[in-house]
Amino acid sequence: MYSKKSFRKPMIIISTLFVSLMLILPLLSVIVNSLSKGWEFYVKSISTTNVMSAIRLTLFVTLITVGVNTVFGLAAAWLLTRYSFKGKQVLATLIDIPFSISPVIAGLAFIMMFGRMGWAAPIVDAVNSITGWNIKIVFAIPGVVLATIFVTFPFVSREIIPVLNSVGTDEEEAAALMGAGGFKIFKKITFPHIRWALAYGVVLCTARAIGEFGAVNALSKTRGKTFTLPLEIDALYMAGSADSIVEAYAASSVLVIFAVILLIARNVLEYKTNHVNSLLKEKNVKD
Amino acid sequence: MRGYKAKQDRRMMHAGHIIPGFGLTMGITVTMLSLFILIPVASILVYSFSLSLTEFWQIMTSESVKFAFLTSIVCSFVAALINCIFGVILAWTLVRYKFVHRRLIDGLIELPFALPTAVAGITLSKMYSNTGFPGKYLSAIGLDVSYTYLGIITALIFVGIPFVVRTVQPVLEKLDYQYEEAAHVLGAGRLYTFRRVILPELTPALLTGFGLAFARGIGEYGSVIYISGNSAKEHTQVISYVIMQKLNYMDYAGATAVALVMLIVSFIILLSMNIMQMQQSRRTNNV
Repeated sequence: MYSKKSFRKPMIIISTLFVSLMLILPLLSVIVNSLSKGWEFYVKSISTTNVMSAIRLTLFVTLITVGVNTVFGLAAAWLLTRYSFKGKQVLATLIDIPFSISPVIAGLAFIMMFGRMGWAAPIVDAVNSITGWNIKIVFAIPGVVLATIFVTFPFVSREIIPVLNSVGTDEEEAAALMGAGGFKIFKKITFPHIRWALAYGVVLCTARAIGEFGAVNALSKTRGKTFTLPLEIDALYMAGSADSIVEAYAASSVLVIFAVILLIARNVLEYKTNHVNSLLKEKNVKD
Repeated sequence: MRGYKAKQDRRMMHAGHIIPGFGLTMGITVTMLSLFILIPVASILVYSFSLSLTEFWQIMTSESVKFAFLTSIVCSFVAALINCIFGVILAWTLVRYKFVHRRLIDGLIELPFALPTAVAGITLSKMYSNTGFPGKYLSAIGLDVSYTYLGIITALIFVGIPFVVRTVQPVLEKLDYQYEEAAHVLGAGRLYTFRRVILPELTPALLTGFGLAFARGIGEYGSVIYISGNSAKEHTQVISYVIMQKLNYMDYAGATAVALVMLIVSFIILLSMNIMQMQQSRRTNNV
C-alpha cells in the first residue's frame, strides 16, 4: 500500500493554521471588537433607529431577491437541461455575467439606465405622470433591490443545473408521454430531485443578498431610509470616532451571526444532498 | 461518426419536444435575463460608446486610473497565485486525510462567501493595522500590512480562497490512487509524483479556480477599500474604488469608460475559462 504518512502532519498543520488565521480570527475579531465597550453599549448600538431600519430593509430586499431568483433559477435550469436549442451555450454564459462583473459596475449600470441622464428615466417619468405615482429607482429602495438581484442572479440556477443534468430526463419524458402536464411533472418528479439543491441555492443567494455592499453603495445615499446593514456599517465605521467604530463592529456582529447560521445551513444541506443522492441510488438498484 | 452525431442531435431535439414547458421557461429566462442583466449592462456600453476616442484615451491614461488598474491586476494576480498554493494544500488535506477537525475546516471554507465583504473589510483592516493582532507583531518586524499593497493582497486572499479549494476538491476526490501507486512502484519520489502525475490532472481545475479568484479580485470592492488606504499618491487605490469615486463626483463619462475596460477584462477571463473547460471536458471524454 502506498501511503503518504510523512506528509500528513505538516499538511494538516498548514491547513489548520491557514483556516485559523485567515477565517476564524476575523470572525472572533468582530465579536471581540463589538463587545469592547461592554454589553450595554453593544445592545444600545444595535438598537439605534438607523441600525434597526437598516436591518428591516436588508431583510425586505433579501426576501424579494430570493423570490425573484428562485423563479428565474427554476425556469433557467429547466430550460438549459431539458431542451436542446441553438444558442444554449451563449445563454448559459450570459446568465453567468454577474459572477465576473464588479458589483460596483452593477450599481453603475442601473445609474446609467434610470439615473438623471439614463435613457430609461423619461419612461419612469412618463409612467409617474400618467398614473400619479412617484416611483423613484436610483437612490431609492427599488434601485437597491435591482442591484441586489443583479449580483445574485445566477446563484439558484447554478446549483440546480448540475443536479438536473445528472438526474436525466427519462422519468419526465415517460410522464409526459403518459399525458402529465408540465406543472404536474415538475411537482411530482422534478421537484423532489432538486429540492435540496434549490434550498442550497437559496442559502447562497440569501448570504450574498444580505451582505451585498458595492452595488448597493452606488445606488443608495440616504442613511436611515435606503441604507442596508452593510451600508450602515460603512457609515458608522467611516464616521471614525472610537465610539462609532465600536458601533460598526456591533452592527457587523449581527451579520456575523447571520453568516454563521447560513454556513451551518449550507453544511446541513450539503449533507442532505449527498444523503438523498445515495438513497436514490439504493432505490434505483432495488427497483 | 458524423452520421451518428447528427442522429443523436436529432434524438435530443426530439426529446426536447416531449417535455412540456419550453415556451414558458424560455420566455421567463430571456425576459428576466434581459430586464435585470443585459439591458442594464448594455446601458453602460451605449453610454461609453458616445465618448470620443480622445476622451476615452485621456480617462484611461490619467494617473489615478492607470495605477488603479495596475494595482488591481497585480494584487489580484498575486493573491490568486497564493490561493492556488494554499487551495491545493487545503483541498488535498480535506480529501486525503481523516482528522478530528476535518469537518470544521471543510465547513469553514465558504465563510468568505457567507461573511459580508464590508464586515470582512473592516475586520481585516483592524487585525492587520499596527494595533491589532497579528498586525502588531508584523509591524514590529517592519511589515506594514494595512493601507499597503500587502493589505490589498491579504483581503483578496480572504475572498478568493473558496474558489480554488472548491474547484480542486472534486477533481482530487475522483483522482485514482492507481496512478500514484504505479509511479511509486516505478520508483518516482513523492514530489516527482506530485509534479508529473497529480499536478497535470489538477491543472484545468486549478486554472478555473485561479480564473474565478482573479476575476473576483479585480472587481472586489467591499473587503478591499478599508484595508487598502486608497491613497492615489501611494497607488493603493483599486479600480472599483476609482469607479465609485467618479460616481460620487458625478463623473459619469469617466466611470463608464473605466467600467467598459473592466467589462472587457472580465469577458476575456470568462472566455478563456470557458475554452479551458471545453478542452478539459473533451479530454475527459476521450479517456
